[in-house]
Amino acid sequence: MKQIDAAMAGTVLSVLVKKGDEVKAGDQVAMLESMKMEIPVEAVEDGVVSDVKVDMGDFINEGDTLIVMD
Amino acid sequence: MPNQETWLQEKLEKIHSGGAPKYHEKLEQTGKMFVRDRLNMLFDNGEYSVEDGRFANFEAGDLPADGVVTAIGKLNGRKVCVMANDSTVKAGSWGARTVEKIIRIQETAQKLKLPLLYLVDSAGARITDQLDMFPNRRGAGKIFYNQVKMSGMIPQICLLFGPSAAGGAYIPAFCDIVIMVDKNASMYLGSPRMAEKVIGEKVTLEEMGGARMHCSKSGCGDILAKNEEEAITSVKSYLGYMPGNYKQKPPVTEAVVPREGRNISEIVPENQNAPFDMYELIDSLIDKDSFYEIKKLFAQELITGFARLNGKAVGIIANQAKVKGGVLFVDSADKGAKFIQLCDAFSIPLLFLSDVPGFMIGTKVEQAGIIRHGAKLIAAVSEATVPKISVIVRKAYGAGLYAMAGPAFEPDCCIALPTAQIAVMGPEAAVNAVYSNKIQAIEDPKERIKYVQEKQREYKETIDIYKLASELIVDDIVSGDELRSVLIDRYGMYESKELVFSERKHPVYPV
Repeated sequence: MKQIDAAMAGTVLSVLVKKGDEVKAGDQVAMLESMKMEIPVEAVEDGVVSDVKVDMGDFINEGDTLIVMD
Repeated sequence: MPNQETWLQEKLEKIHSGGAPKYHEKLEQTGKMFVRDRLNMLFDNGEYSVEDGRFANFEAGDLPADGVVTAIGKLNGRKVCVMANDSTVKAGSWGARTVEKIIRIQETAQKLKLPLLYLVDSAGARITDQLDMFPNRRGAGKIFYNQVKMSGMIPQICLLFGPSAAGGAYIPAFCDIVIMVDKNASMYLGSPRMAEKVIGEKVTLEEMGGARMHCSKSGCGDILAKNEEEAITSVKSYLGYMPGNYKQKPPVTEAVVPREGRNISEIVPENQNAPFDMYELIDSLIDKDSFYEIKKLFAQELITGFARLNGKAVGIIANQAKVKGGVLFVDSADKGAKFIQLCDAFSIPLLFLSDVPGFMIGTKVEQAGIIRHGAKLIAAVSEATVPKISVIVRKAYGAGLYAMAGPAFEPDCCIALPTAQIAVMGPEAAVNAVYSNKIQAIEDPKERIKYVQEKQREYKETIDIYKLASELIVDDIVSGDELRSVLIDRYGMYESKELVFSERKHPVYPV
């Protein structure tokens, strides 16, 4: 199991993948907003999304898991 | 009695062959080179005829050169001093003569004002010899004392091929940069075995002190090399940007045109909040393939590295909007501070490419001491007396402006691209801060949005970059597409800069 965590605290602007999606390393999977900046979140390795832990508008802390992959 | 000459040659051959064959086999299994093969690859034509202490601990019989080679040779035609551990001799551990040899090559490097390379692959102190090598005046502590003394005087570089354990781990810590070989290099104060015994922690060596961990998390490593060959190639490139010592200027190479690609005006989005890739902008500015990045895997929201502009070395500090919005954190502040000190020590001009929303806020970073870490960066920016150019690429908000050598920090010039925006904070945050009560009081949501937009428009006018240029806050506004030639011209003019920053013994560092 691999997971993609938030690199910094902020708000979820959008989630670009859903359960079952195949993602490749470097694909953008979500967009956060923090310090008024748009922060793209990319997958660091290939995999299939098995769970999306956040919704648009959610507040997240640094280290919170956003997406779980198999 | 054998012939004296034959006797000497036999003994030398034995010394040059290092430790027992089983340890050489172990090297091969782990993808490591024998110390003398490393040196052959490092020095021009594999030559290093000036070597002292080959007979160190000769009388012990089984400790060739006492586990360390110390030599002077040429690298790309320029003289360097080297100390290199031999891990086939008692795992490269330090005995009394090992330490004495290291101290002597340090003294030589200091006298001759030559760069010193530490090729580290050592298990640490020989505990059985501790009284002879640990606490005394010329014991291991002297190695670190010398390193501190020589820091900024001559380049000191660590190539970490194997372990660097306990006290020995301070050799890389005091070097200008540390090149680590993936999988083989490690740094730690206490081994995993010791950690389990003393504090009950179960952890792998790779997790606790591996090369990748140090290059991406702790920041103790600067360059992660795939193998030893790549590490040696890397140090040769690095020295291509470095003078031999603080009194000299960095070497100049032939000018090369930048990589072909989009123009800066196409790369930088007008929307201040949208991410873009600063690497693409750097590539469009510098001589093709001249970027030597330091700490690429660590605190990636700030990019630091050497490059060439028309063949001349510059040190680049650039915010990467693509990672964490380019916001400055505790680690990025440290990363920037050390890089600026490195460039300033060795007369490498600085180029700041600013696109920074400011320092991170929130409990997490406040508890980590972001203010004192940020202070380190701002102190380094202030103290740097090499030619420094501050380019406001897009935004420079709050103390981010200070960290990126804004006007108060005596850059030789602060120039703005047409996309630049300098302010205490961005329009969204500023309008919220100033008009919060009024915004809340407007009940109709449409009216509220209209009010906010109007106030943001007004705010943007007050921080318009042409207004700032009119007030002489920035020295010029230039097109991104002309930036390379502007920088080349300006660095050329600033070459004669000579400045003493402040008269005193030394600052009280904000650490």
